[in-house]
Amino acid sequence: MTLLNAALQGVFLGAFYAVLACGLSIMFGVMRIINLAHGDIAVLGAYVVFVIVEHAGVSAFIAFAAALPVMVVLGYVLQITLLERSLKAGILTPLLATFGLSIVIQNLLQLAFSPDVQSLGGSAGALTTSSWQLAGGLSVSALGLVVLVVAVLVFGALQLFLARTRIGWMMRATAEDADAAELVGINSRSVYAWATAMAVAIAALGGFFLAIRSVFDPVSGPTQLIFAFEAVVIGGMGSLWGTLLGGIALGVAQTLGAQVHPQFAVMAGHLLFLIVLIVRFGGGRAVLRAAR
Amino acid sequence: MTLLNVEALDCRYGLLQAVRSVSLRVEAGETVALIGANGAGKTTLLRAVAGAHRPHSGRVVFDGVDITRLPAHRRVALGIALVPEGRRLFPSLTVEENLRVAASRRRRGPWNVQSVLEVFPMLQQRRRRPAASLSGGEQQAVAIGRALMSNPRLLLLDEVSLGLAPIVVDAVYRSLAGIISEGSTVLLVEQDLTRALRVAGRVVCLLEGRVVLEEAAGGLDRDRVVNAYFGLRRPA
Amino acid sequence: MKVARWTRTSKLFTGGTAGVAVALACIPLVFESDVVQKLTTLLILVLLAAMWNALAGYGGLLSVGQQAFIGIGAYGTVFFADQGVTPYVAMILATLLAGAISLPISLFALRLRAAQFAIGMWVIAEVMSIIVRLDQNLGAGTGISLIQMNQYEPNFRQAYTFWLALAFTAIFLVALFLLLRSPLGTSLQAIRDDEDAARSLGVRVAARKRLLFVLAGFGCGAAGVLIVANTLFIEPGSVFSVQWSAYMIFMVLVGGLGTFEGPIIGAILLFAIQTTFTQGGPWYLVGLGATAALFALALPRGLWGTVEERLGLRLLPVGYRVVGAKGEERAA
Repeated sequence: MTLLNAALQGVFLGAFYAVLACGLSIMFGVMRIINLAHGDIAVLGAYVVFVIVEHAGVSAFIAFAAALPVMVVLGYVLQITLLERSLKAGILTPLLATFGLSIVIQNLLQLAFSPDVQSLGGSAGALTTSSWQLAGGLSVSALGLVVLVVAVLVFGALQLFLARTRIGWMMRATAEDADAAELVGINSRSVYAWATAMAVAIAALGGFFLAIRSVFDPVSGPTQLIFAFEAVVIGGMGSLWGTLLGGIALGVAQTLGAQVHPQFAVMAGHLLFLIVLIVRFGGGRAVLRAAR
Repeated sequence: MTLLNVEALDCRYGLLQAVRSVSLRVEAGETVALIGANGAGKTTLLRAVAGAHRPHSGRVVFDGVDITRLPAHRRVALGIALVPEGRRLFPSLTVEENLRVAASRRRRGPWNVQSVLEVFPMLQQRRRRPAASLSGGEQQAVAIGRALMSNPRLLLLDEVSLGLAPIVVDAVYRSLAGIISEGSTVLLVEQDLTRALRVAGRVVCLLEGRVVLEEAAGGLDRDRVVNAYFGLRRPA
Repeated sequence: MKVARWTRTSKLFTGGTAGVAVALACIPLVFESDVVQKLTTLLILVLLAAMWNALAGYGGLLSVGQQAFIGIGAYGTVFFADQGVTPYVAMILATLLAGAISLPISLFALRLRAAQFAIGMWVIAEVMSIIVRLDQNLGAGTGISLIQMNQYEPNFRQAYTFWLALAFTAIFLVALFLLLRSPLGTSLQAIRDDEDAARSLGVRVAARKRLLFVLAGFGCGAAGVLIVANTLFIEPGSVFSVQWSAYMIFMVLVGGLGTFEGPIIGAILLFAIQTTFTQGGPWYLVGLGATAALFALALPRGLWGTVEERLGLRLLPVGYRVVGAKGEERAA
């Protein structure tokens, strides 16, 4: 039964990864770019919440609500200043530019906040400590449940937004053919900027969850980026529900891996990711066919 | 009244010069056909007018306003709409979504989802189907309808008959005739000379990026058009 | 009109480079061992920059995981030395090991494009890092010393290591130079300019890229070997750190992506910055990151690429140029 419980905890963990991955998936879906500073932006979001908590003495949730508009503006500005230019310069430039940005964010955070680890667990109230024991050795923590519910709500809301609203159609139209979208009156620059703003806001939500679930420091970003990217790839790049499932698969792989050996948790996630890459792109199918 | 005035337009792709010093006027209410061999620069010229291609030099003036530096989506708001070559629908969007997504900068006018579906009745049944699942003729109808959704004052059509069966082309042109008769201004690229001469009031022929012939369609000698088309005997 | 590869400048310069190599070889005979150690660091940077440029500048492969091979080289050296192999032989073996491992990795990594390749390589480096952390014999997470080097007197040790660094750098730079000058090099440039067009013309894109990938595997492995030989202590947290990729990207972007000389200039620049700001620290890294991003956006050809473009100058000829009738030259 501990294995089943481990899998359950994996689902909760995976919901967190899915939230982290969501913004990455949006930006890849709309602009076909991977933002290598995505993890650092999530951590930046956590620090913004942290600062508000420290200065205003409010609960972490209120602080997050206050941080959200800041992150939306940040995302919008990031797109029109840095990403828009890099998009025009070929497929490698966005990677190079965002990798540079990643280093800048990490080290600015070090300068502003020292390299010490921080946590917002204390200012999130009883949520971080309460849990329920179910039959069969299963345990459900309030926080895990909240993260899972929020993740499903975020993905559901995004799905509705893209399927039902005109702005959602504009985003899909621009993603599929930006040139044709311009010709029917869609301002693709603005669509891109809003997509990045959304992605950054949701990344901040991921950073917020990181901060109340565990600890973070200025260099936590790259790890979050890797997990987020793994979730996106495992779920099949460019599909929203796929990203949610990919995150959960990654979480389950990690918690099951931890059953083998505590140090093996992250490794199991990496291996799942590499296997998916090999099967999907790495000629794994050809190998299987040849073997038959 | 001159609706569109193209002045000494030069368009380049890197070192390749697609349009060379082309000047062109389109009067309000007129239908002008652009003809010419493959690579003559017709598509590039239309894209430059629509704002999808930034010209190297020259000016595009629409209704007295210099729009040379305006991005495509702002030109839509002014009343220019292009039906691009190859239709370029948004494949995952339904027919209706393809139409409605194009209405974000619509001007006041007769066109809306309802009136477009009346002109292209075959789309009525397909409203909720994704564009990718339509036949070529249906896709072309959606592409034209999508352009109409903004209620353009100038409609640019790029090879709407390309890749379609003749019977489908007839249907598309019947619908177009209705649209043209309502007083729209149209600049169209058409490979089929006979069809171009039938629908247009005036014909402009491009050869290697230059205008080599510009004349009223009525009473136009077919041989002269063919000569201009292939550059056999250039008019002085 | 005729096509030429060599100009008078490039002949002089190539000859000069050989001279510089000979002069460099004499350094341990003249200078103190701390100078020699610093110059070894410089050679490591040159080697890393050249290898990353081979991948990104000529293969269009942007890797943020080359530290995987650095780690194999470094830990491979410790491993072989622990088996009783003479340290310098262990270093050669570890370099070969890194190159050998790059081949199976290339089989699947090269099918990935852009971000998938970049992060895929990063994850491979992370996996290697975890494997090392799980192995007590390799010092696990706390690091390990190359104690077998104690058998050499420090000054001699530093001199040997420097000569090894010089030999590695020379071998890999010459290998890359010859590779780019061969018919293979021409097809590589075609791939860099337009991969799909090159493929449609029958260029075997995958095989060409594999060659670069394996070369970079060897080269980065050699750099890892030199790192452990130079510092005598390694830990997975630093040797597998993505910071190496940050350094490589900085050197190549600032020096000039896809130019032969650019990465060398970038390496000298980074070395100068590192020796000036010995404290290191966040501000220095903020500067590096911002500069790399700025160059990617505003000056994609880097310092050297821009100089080359403006002046038509070419010191180490890897491309061809059209020599006009009146003697004017244009880079081709």
